[in-house]
Amino acid sequence: MPEPTPVDIRVSELRKTFRVPEREAGLRASVRSLVRRTYRDVDAVAGVSFDIPAGQIVGFLGPNGAGKTTTLKMLSGLLFPTSGEISVLGHVPSRRERDYLRRMTLVMGNRNQLQWDIPALDSFEMNRAIYRIPEADFRRTRDEIVELLEIGDLVRKPVRTLSLGERMKAEIAASLLHRPQILYLDEPTIGLDVTMQKRIRSFLAEYNRRYGATVLLTSHYMADVQALCKRVIIIDSGSILYDGGLRELSTRYSPHQTVNVVLGETAPDLSGYGEVLSSVDGRISLKVAKADTSSVAARLLAAFQVSDLTIEDPPIEDVIEQVFAAVPRSAATSAEPVPR
Amino acid sequence: MTKSLNGLPGLYSVVMRTAVQTQFQYRTANYAYLLGMIAEPVIYLVVWQTVAGSQGGAVEGITAGQFAAYYIVWTLVRNMNIVFTPYGWEDRIRNGLLSGMLVRPVHPIHYDLAFFAGWKFVVIVLWLPIAAVLVLIFRPTFDVNALEAGVFLIAIWGAYLIRSLFLWALGMVTFWTTRVSALYELYFTAELLLSGRLLPLALLPGWAATVADVLPFKYTFGYPIEVLAGDLSTAELFLGLGLQAVWIGVGALLVALVWRVGVRRYSAVGN
Repeated sequence: MPEPTPVDIRVSELRKTFRVPEREAGLRASVRSLVRRTYRDVDAVAGVSFDIPAGQIVGFLGPNGAGKTTTLKMLSGLLFPTSGEISVLGHVPSRRERDYLRRMTLVMGNRNQLQWDIPALDSFEMNRAIYRIPEADFRRTRDEIVELLEIGDLVRKPVRTLSLGERMKAEIAASLLHRPQILYLDEPTIGLDVTMQKRIRSFLAEYNRRYGATVLLTSHYMADVQALCKRVIIIDSGSILYDGGLRELSTRYSPHQTVNVVLGETAPDLSGYGEVLSSVDGRISLKVAKADTSSVAARLLAAFQVSDLTIEDPPIEDVIEQVFAAVPRSAATSAEPVPR
Repeated sequence: MTKSLNGLPGLYSVVMRTAVQTQFQYRTANYAYLLGMIAEPVIYLVVWQTVAGSQGGAVEGITAGQFAAYYIVWTLVRNMNIVFTPYGWEDRIRNGLLSGMLVRPVHPIHYDLAFFAGWKFVVIVLWLPIAAVLVLIFRPTFDVNALEAGVFLIAIWGAYLIRSLFLWALGMVTFWTTRVSALYELYFTAELLLSGRLLPLALLPGWAATVADVLPFKYTFGYPIEVLAGDLSTAELFLGLGLQAVWIGVGALLVALVWRVGVRRYSAVGN
């Protein structure tokens, strides 16, 4: 029997509640808040549990304020959980033990860790000292990463002269020099053009393949998720709505597919085959139940002069929207503001 | 060149080199900064030399030449006193930069200490010609022996460490309130009066001198200046170093305590 894959990240009933001061707008409310402050407890993460086996890349999805970044911060040790348990590589992250910090990295798209005024290569040297990377390993990893990301020229220029995308690549390189086993990536491709996004995606896939790293990634770009993640965790209002395969997500939440046909004749009425989504110049799109797509395709081919026929899954964005629509949003905040 | 420096010495060496590279990129800005900084002691010096002149050549036994020596050494000591301030802390917490530092396996104070220490080497190189010009203009009276020179070299780094640690501890108040500047202003005023920055401590009234003796400020300013420009006995030289060591210990302890509680709070509240 094959050995079971070890679990790198184990999260159980994780919860984070923030106490947020709040007041109405205006001078009167401002003066009143001097004497009597009103707070509201907000459950940023409301009891989530999941395991991630070693070497897996998992997409962590959800709208703004869903609790993704808060979870990543708890996993990386930046935030203490209000309750629940986390174990990553056998460490409790909130203890921020050096052994743990040396084995993971947190990349946040909008944070700059590189020294502004000097070339990235010099900042890389600093990371070598911080992570105590042996010289030979450092050179090997640095050269590999620089080659994979194709940033040989960039790392020799002062960071302040780089474009956003170039800087992001250099940031990612810097954060991987110690060859972390765990990667927390918070919007690693935010604000980048399509080509740059693609480059970073293929780099991350290669890093994962080469070093067997475990990756937890948040992104608003579905292309990132589709290219890298077989598994996704969808979170909203601090709770997990879905945890499973990306393909299964589509099967479960979108029971339809789109059948596109191009007919050589004037478009007939195809409403008997499925819901007509559009019909322009003989190009017709039909929404058809997944179970019926084969038979509908066969019937169309038999009945008409079909010059082209394709069957498509709905865009992943639409599927995720379906997930949010299907699961009622839990009340993320306590009922009443609590004065303290 | 293959370097195999590891651990904290390795980190200090790399960060200090980085600071030197960074600051040499800003030679003009650094020079402008230094020249601006010279205005303050020159004003004090001109005032005291005028007072000395009107009182027959000395104030409380300090001659015009001794005032000149005091304020010229002052310019170097002032530069050693430039450290990571609470303003930097405000910026670090507000912009979330601290988070990046917290996920690294090294205490962030080491980075600040090393970076500002590296910067000092640039400042000292730029300071030398300015000091030469001041010497030519104000004719200081120096009577320095080898022991005093040696103690001075240690004392200026002691001053640097004390001020770094105390201002780091003060800066960490930002963990609780994102506005720490008011507290810093208070610290700054007390320091100005009780450190020897505004005037030599020998000119303070007795009670104020006693207060200055039991606070750390004197060991960041007045003491290192007196080592070179004053007339301290051997015992006083070493007592000063010993007290600097005590204040470094107190500062380090304060940083450790506030850090422990502060990071817990930061991690509870986030940013």
